Amino acid sequence: MSKIRNAFKNGKAFIPFFTCGDPDLETTAECVREAVANGADLIELGIPFSDPTAEGPVIQGANIRALKGGVNTNRIFDLVRELRKDIDVPMVFMTYANVVYSYGAERFISVCQEIGIDGLVLPDIPYEEKEEFLPLCRKYGVDLISFIAPTSENRIAMIAKEAEGFIYIVSSLGVTGTRSEITTDLDKIVKVVRENTDVPCAIGFGISTPEQAAKMAATADGVIIGSAIIKIIEKYGHDAPKHIAGYVSEIKCAITDK
Amino acid sequence: MTNPKGRFGIHGGQYIPETLMNAVNELEEAYNFYKNDEGFNRELKDLFNNYAGRPSRLYYAEKMTRDLGGAKIYLKREDLNHTGAHKINNVLGQALLAKKMGKTRLIAETGAGQHGVATATAAALMGMECVVFMGEEDTKRQALNVYRMKLLGSEVVPVKSGTATLKDAVSEAMREWTSRIADTHYCLGSVMGPHPFPTIVRDFQAVISKEIKEQILEKEGRLPDAVLACVGGGSNAIGTFYHFIEDSSVRLIGCEAAGRGIDTFETAATISTGRLGIFHGMKSYFCQDEFGQIAPVYSISAGLDYPGIGPEHAYLHDSGRAEYVAITDDEAVNAFEYLSRTEGIIPAIESAHAVAHAIKLAPTMDKDKIMVVTISGRGDKDCAAIARYRGVEIYE
Repeated sequence: MSKIRNAFKNGKAFIPFFTCGDPDLETTAECVREAVANGADLIELGIPFSDPTAEGPVIQGANIRALKGGVNTNRIFDLVRELRKDIDVPMVFMTYANVVYSYGAERFISVCQEIGIDGLVLPDIPYEEKEEFLPLCRKYGVDLISFIAPTSENRIAMIAKEAEGFIYIVSSLGVTGTRSEITTDLDKIVKVVRENTDVPCAIGFGISTPEQAAKMAATADGVIIGSAIIKIIEKYGHDAPKHIAGYVSEIKCAITDK
Repeated sequence: MTNPKGRFGIHGGQYIPETLMNAVNELEEAYNFYKNDEGFNRELKDLFNNYAGRPSRLYYAEKMTRDLGGAKIYLKREDLNHTGAHKINNVLGQALLAKKMGKTRLIAETGAGQHGVATATAAALMGMECVVFMGEEDTKRQALNVYRMKLLGSEVVPVKSGTATLKDAVSEAMREWTSRIADTHYCLGSVMGPHPFPTIVRDFQAVISKEIKEQILEKEGRLPDAVLACVGGGSNAIGTFYHFIEDSSVRLIGCEAAGRGIDTFETAATISTGRLGIFHGMKSYFCQDEFGQIAPVYSISAGLDYPGIGPEHAYLHDSGRAEYVAITDDEAVNAFEYLSRTEGIIPAIESAHAVAHAIKLAPTMDKDKIMVVTISGRGDKDCAAIARYRGVEIYE
């Protein structure tokens, strides 16, 4: 069993997302530390990509800012090495297939193991293409996270049966970004997932308020928040860590005991 | 040549978000049904012949042949199609397919605007809603085409992200498709993206080589020695190559956009300067940096200004069946002017890349050799930009 399971042992899990290097790697490190200190159970670290096709404008902006600041894959590996000195919660990388592939998949995934990355979230690797990286992920003990979307329907059972780490349930159609309302019948999706696996599932895309988080946590095992966090970082820049602390604590409080 | 997962050798595949998987599966299923459906094929043929003006002419460029003093040059006149480019072949096929699938709305990306105009045209004809994504940079380079799309009843969304060119328009169209699938078909304009698009688009464009073969056999009684076409994503090139792939005596030559040169950063020549990667739903060659960040490519031609190449071309390159050469802006502009003066045919600046290579190649071939150059589109849209390139400001 991977370390990711640990994230789901303290009630409902809160998984905040950070784009590494937005506005710089030092601020990312401080934000991660504040998030963990305030109850984050698993950290999703985004390695920026030039053309993030699954992202809405907010995270696209973070990707561009980070890349303009000179961040690259090697410097992000160093960031994780640094964080692992005092951060114990599971951490996963979120990026795009080409970042992994172009680095040399084996080289990339073996470094993940070495520096303590527990999973890989790759939105452009669906079930049909997971063989691209799965054998290497198995070899180095890194979970390849599976997505389930509102359109998955007949595919849910197939995906759930082979899922590892946690299942990333996409709350609604479209790209990442905050939404005023989530209308997908998520209970129905989670029910099918549960019938096919005991791997925990977390819901992401579009969640920003404590009320939304609480509602999602009542359905699933965890909640992923990205764009709302990136907005805080965009607004406060180097002062963001203390605001992240408050936000994480508020969300964690809202989802506890749901 | 494709296996069930849409592979061309190691290239191709379906590297897309889970949200779109059922949509591409549904598309594949519908396509596999309709491609063999007599009624569908009859309707498509009728649209090709009576609406798009097919078959397009295979024209013997006698003056050009004489001037260059080598191989006999034929031009496949896709520029004479309705809407002025080969793009209409694919669009009529996909729009008809989308309609059969019950879709009421088309979305598309466009670079030069030719695919956008073709999609807007098909949408108007078939009574469908249409939204075209176009890099903001390209909306300026190709302002006339923006107006044409609007005139045809489409919405044009300028894309400001990234380099604000074709790759960003593709990204934005993909994002739009993930947010609205039920009534919407993504009418992808080239032999790229996730399976089944590279196969579908190739099949609809293969009419080009099917006709070339029939026409050249009728005129010359034999196959050509070489066929040439420009390559961005590669749809007119694959259309030009397809029915000759099995004829090993026919050289298949794709002409990429080198921009200011393949030894500069201002290039879009994927085969010459790219390496293997995964992007926009496919494994293929891409211009990228050492960390896999997609490179901001450049070409004078908005239609070739793309950092990747279709997976079947990547495979034809690997296997050595097709050759890919890089043509600079300068060479393309010279060819644009040359064909205009010599034959009275103003080619699209994209197609001028193929003409430029023909100008180099023809004199090296014997007079009894035959080459066919596909003129993928007409150049009216480029006149203002070429004039600017030559330092003349004209107002459209």
